[in-house]
Amino acid sequence: MIAIITEMLSYTFLVRALIVGLLVSLCASLLGASLVLKRYSMIGDGLSHVGFGALAISLATGTAPLTLSIPIVGVSAVFLLRISESSKIKGDAAIALISTSSLALGAIIIALTTGMNMDVCNFMFGSILAMSVADVRLSVALSSVVIVLYIVFYNKIFAVTFDETFSRAVGTKAGVYNMLLAILTAITIVLGMRMMGALLISALIIFPSLASMRICKRFKSVIICSAIVALSAFCVGIVLSYWYSLPTGASVVVVNLIIFIAFSCINLIRGGLRKS
Amino acid sequence: MAFITCSGASFGYETGVAVSDLDFAVNRGDYLCIVGENGSGKSTLIRGILRLKEPVTGRMQTGDDLKPDEIGYLPQQTVVQKDFPAGVFEVALSGRQNRRGFIPFYGKRDKQAALQNLERLGVAELKNRCYRELSGGQQQRVLLARALCATEKLLLLDEPVSGLDPLATSELYGLIETLNRKEGLTIVMVSHDIRSAVEYASHILHLGNKQLFFGKTADYLETPLCKRFLGGEKS
Ligand SMILES: Nc1ncnc2c1ncn2[C@@H]1O[C@H](COP(=O)(O)OP(=O)(O)OP(=O)(O)O)[C@@H](O)[C@H]1O
Ligand SMILES: [Mg+2]
Repeated sequence: MIAIITEMLSYTFLVRALIVGLLVSLCASLLGASLVLKRYSMIGDGLSHVGFGALAISLATGTAPLTLSIPIVGVSAVFLLRISESSKIKGDAAIALISTSSLALGAIIIALTTGMNMDVCNFMFGSILAMSVADVRLSVALSSVVIVLYIVFYNKIFAVTFDETFSRAVGTKAGVYNMLLAILTAITIVLGMRMMGALLISALIIFPSLASMRICKRFKSVIICSAIVALSAFCVGIVLSYWYSLPTGASVVVVNLIIFIAFSCINLIRGGLRKS
Repeated sequence: MAFITCSGASFGYETGVAVSDLDFAVNRGDYLCIVGENGSGKSTLIRGILRLKEPVTGRMQTGDDLKPDEIGYLPQQTVVQKDFPAGVFEVALSGRQNRRGFIPFYGKRDKQAALQNLERLGVAELKNRCYRELSGGQQQRVLLARALCATEKLLLLDEPVSGLDPLATSELYGLIETLNRKEGLTIVMVSHDIRSAVEYASHILHLGNKQLFFGKTADYLETPLCKRFLGGEKS
């Protein structure tokens, strides 16, 4: 085991993947609890599909993937948030519409230009080879921004997540914090998308928080627990991915799934013990 | 000037006006009960007082040193809260979210205030518990503690006793009365329980998609409106 890890660390591309992956996992797990509890998880899913479309465009035009997708996905985040807040349109249906359309457009762009090759498969399910040095720099900078903003506004984010009406009543600009959440989510998704895969990145946001909510009773412990879950799931996942040549995103998600099932069992057993 | 002055105000939704002809004032130390049938516009008015809704016509003003964000609010329970993993102390503390202006972190004073308010409502020993695992009555007390963390001036309570058993109900009414009489908090409460309303409140506002009555409780008891409402409750 130790031998595998030292071997992995001797490859610079793997070290890069590890750095970015850990940072993105941390960001995603922090944001996850609020997104799940506010019923915004659909937004995360929608954004990752928009991200796929953006990646396809960048592949076709030859621009750098991150510089193109960050603005596109950021704008979509604001847009999706607006849709899901407005009571007039069916929010989740509209989000599904947008995400499937971007997926379809992306697929057509790819078919017309490069064709369905290995790159595309990597886009969808993730690859540890995805990160260049410039990507790493940008990812480290942006994910630090996400983490710092989250910590600074943690109390407000908790308050707005728990009871938006009360927050508005005592003068908190809830709309601003909803927007902040959406934009931080957009950044996280774009950063993690190529390594985890466009179809799988939203699992990184949802799984650790859902798992932690099974066993934790306080918001702060949910956040801390999901950070730990996300980081360990990523480490285990990337080792599996390297050793068995599996898609990175898929292996990380499977590890997350196992943790989720384990935590659910712990919760069930605990509940059973309390009853008897 | 009064804490809240409502002159000729009406509130509504895209679908139409929900409540109109509102002319009333809430002064420091008042205990106002808002009564009326389902759909008569009580919650809508509460949203108006909280500035979550602007009046369609007329005006809604706050005065007497009451800033719009110095109103503590006890909402009707929302669905999301039912399975929300939040600790009791975290919930109470979140009442202080705007007490520190631009400083985003809570200080020692905030934590003490949260603890004191939990004690005041007799739920301090629950502070390490999970909010969703409390009983309905305990949850209401925690939310009331949170509202008290937000203000020492005016509390707005939307059906605080719905879903509570008779004992918990009378305890909560007792608590609210103490806050009003002993600690001088101004109370505005929506209630379906007309009997308790006329028992505890100093003023009554009766709504029926418009203002049907506003005045002192003693005067309200003389009106045919009240007699009909009280009589209707009996049967
Ligand atoms: N979000 C909304 N959009 C459109 N109309 C609404 C909305 N909320 C309430 N209404 C309408 O406004 C009117 C007043 O509703 P409100 O919730 O203020 O009643 P209420 O007095 O609080 O009733 P209850 O005793 O049932 O709580 C009702 O006719 C209702 O149909
Ligand atoms: Mg109501």
